[in-house]
Amino acid sequence: MSIADILFYCLALLTVGSAAWVAFSRNIVHSAFALLGTFFGVAGLYVFLSADFLAVVQALVYVGGILVLILFAVMLTGRIGDVQVTNRSAGLVPGLLLLVMMVALLAGLAVNTPWPVSVPGPASPTTAAMGDALLSEYVLPFEVISVLLIAALIGAVTLVRKEEDR
Amino acid sequence: MTVGLVHYLVVAAALFSLGLFTVLTRRNAVAILMGVELILNAANVNFAAFSRFTAQNVGGQVMALFGIVLAAAEACVALAIVLAVFRTFRSVDVNDTDKLRG
Amino acid sequence: MRQLADALLVTLLGVDPATWPYAWVVYGAVMLASAALAMTFVALFAGPVTVVERRVAGRMMSRIGPNRVGPQGVIQWLADGLKCFLKEDLIPDAADRPLFRLAPYLVFGGMFGTFVVLPFGAHLVAADLNVGVLYLFAISSIVVVGILAAGWSSNSKWGLFGAFRSAAQIISYEVPSALSALTVVLFAGTLSLQGIIREQGGMPWDWFVVRTPFTFAAFFLFFTSALAEGNRTPFDLPEAESELVAGYHTEYSGMRFLFFLFAEWANLWIMSAVATACFLGGWNIPGVSPATIDSATGLSFWGLQLLSFIVFAAKTSALVFIVIQLRWTLPRLRIDQLLEMCWKYLVPLSFACLLGVMIWAWGVTVGSLVDLGMRLVMTCVGAGIAFHYARRVRFNYMADRDNYLKMTGKELWYPPYRLP
Repeated sequence: MSIADILFYCLALLTVGSAAWVAFSRNIVHSAFALLGTFFGVAGLYVFLSADFLAVVQALVYVGGILVLILFAVMLTGRIGDVQVTNRSAGLVPGLLLLVMMVALLAGLAVNTPWPVSVPGPASPTTAAMGDALLSEYVLPFEVISVLLIAALIGAVTLVRKEEDR
Repeated sequence: MTVGLVHYLVVAAALFSLGLFTVLTRRNAVAILMGVELILNAANVNFAAFSRFTAQNVGGQVMALFGIVLAAAEACVALAIVLAVFRTFRSVDVNDTDKLRG
Repeated sequence: MRQLADALLVTLLGVDPATWPYAWVVYGAVMLASAALAMTFVALFAGPVTVVERRVAGRMMSRIGPNRVGPQGVIQWLADGLKCFLKEDLIPDAADRPLFRLAPYLVFGGMFGTFVVLPFGAHLVAADLNVGVLYLFAISSIVVVGILAAGWSSNSKWGLFGAFRSAAQIISYEVPSALSALTVVLFAGTLSLQGIIREQGGMPWDWFVVRTPFTFAAFFLFFTSALAEGNRTPFDLPEAESELVAGYHTEYSGMRFLFFLFAEWANLWIMSAVATACFLGGWNIPGVSPATIDSATGLSFWGLQLLSFIVFAAKTSALVFIVIQLRWTLPRLRIDQLLEMCWKYLVPLSFACLLGVMIWAWGVTVGSLVDLGMRLVMTCVGAGIAFHYARRVRFNYMADRDNYLKMTGKELWYPPYRLP
């Protein structure tokens, strides 16, 4: 059990533990802040998978963008005086049953399938390779996704505009 | 046992199930959105793991990058919808949003 | 740092780092030591810079500033730190206790995480990441989450509104900041900060700021955006005393409050250090190429490292000084003016700079006549601006000194052993 394995288990524990806190916490603000732990755990997992560019993009977009959006939404839709914003859930027992079944199914699938695993090379920087791939093999999805981002921006701004009385 | 492909797949499976649980049992719309983010993260981890262990190219990482971008766009629009709903119904409880005209 | 740890393992313990199973102990120890060193540096910078700021503020307002504690007030920061240390640790009754406790650590962690990639000298960097520039922006986004946590858990309206405004400001200004920093990445061809510095040279006409007028504009855009990200005037509405008491850290007192302020002063260094590294040539010593530093051995190696650190610290301190002077010169912007300036002016301008740099980097080869001519012109423009700025500062100081002599009949400067 080398130190890299121990670090992987710590990161995995951080990720799954934070996700469990998101799922089971009664206070929605605490759930939102636990999501921070999940996102950083996943970024750490990407570093272990030698995806360094992906890890910093994950931290930048998810923590710097999506988590801040979620926090704004949580804080703007709760009452300001009430710090304990409750988060009641429905159907806890069937949900837990589904959770256990799903984990068992997916994990069992992952363990028992004979994946065509090849020995990974040494960890190397991927920024140049990603840039090449984005502009050669994946240039169509790249262009489409930029159009999609503009559509999402315009759509979001349109949805939250206050209707002015003319 | 050395950490291999299966470990990452199990972590992703756990993340996916917890996200699914959050989506199915929560009543707050923003909490449901948090569950969707967990599901998307699980899928991205799967892509990156397969890119490293099965196909020795960056294709999986490019897919994960697109997944991150799509998650950002989707979170943006979903939260705009949540704010618009809050303005109309004064509540983000998904059981309260049951009328087509306010 | 990895090479340093490997050298330690080989020379001190005589083992091969690739095969020894306990190499990770030494790696962890070296990591902790470099983190402690960086933390010490931040503390030794953030403390005295408060004294410098208050003295500069005093002089700019025609008053003296703190001068009682120690000769000319130089250990005022120790007194302030001790006072905050001994204060009562107050948590409001209705506050969210776990989040209230967590918030200062998030803000401080986000700020301090950027010290890992800052290149203090030719080989004095904790970890030269391949994605250094992006890592800087990624880690400083934890600060936004910490600010929202502080504002929400305080359960007070000033805290919450200050937190919202501050978070909106920071995430808005991350966009022009990152876009301006990307212009130099196009020239350097790498995201790592050491790589960006090595592409520049020691002399002012080798710096990236004078390469094209687009990077010149990008330098000022980056500086402005970094000022806004650090909540410094003219963008300090989130902590303006007359509007919001103290913004998101209203309910904090004692040591927790000091964490927030510590992070803000550390950010002074960070914004100036990144601007120096990207635009002003970093630690490049005028006349010495990076290859010479790499190949030096023994005493000249360490001498060159020290010299590169001094050059880097001098450039960064000059920028810090300018930031401090800006705080007491410019009036503050209102929140809607602030956000309008970002989205309507700075973002299109940074896109234009990025496009201009792209076209220049594609069309003009380094060393050609156009390149050298442009560099000469921009160096003259930049030197003119710097010279004019220094002349104005000197003029203001001289006028103030003469005014003081006329009003009170006493000299402005007095020896440290004599109280006024």
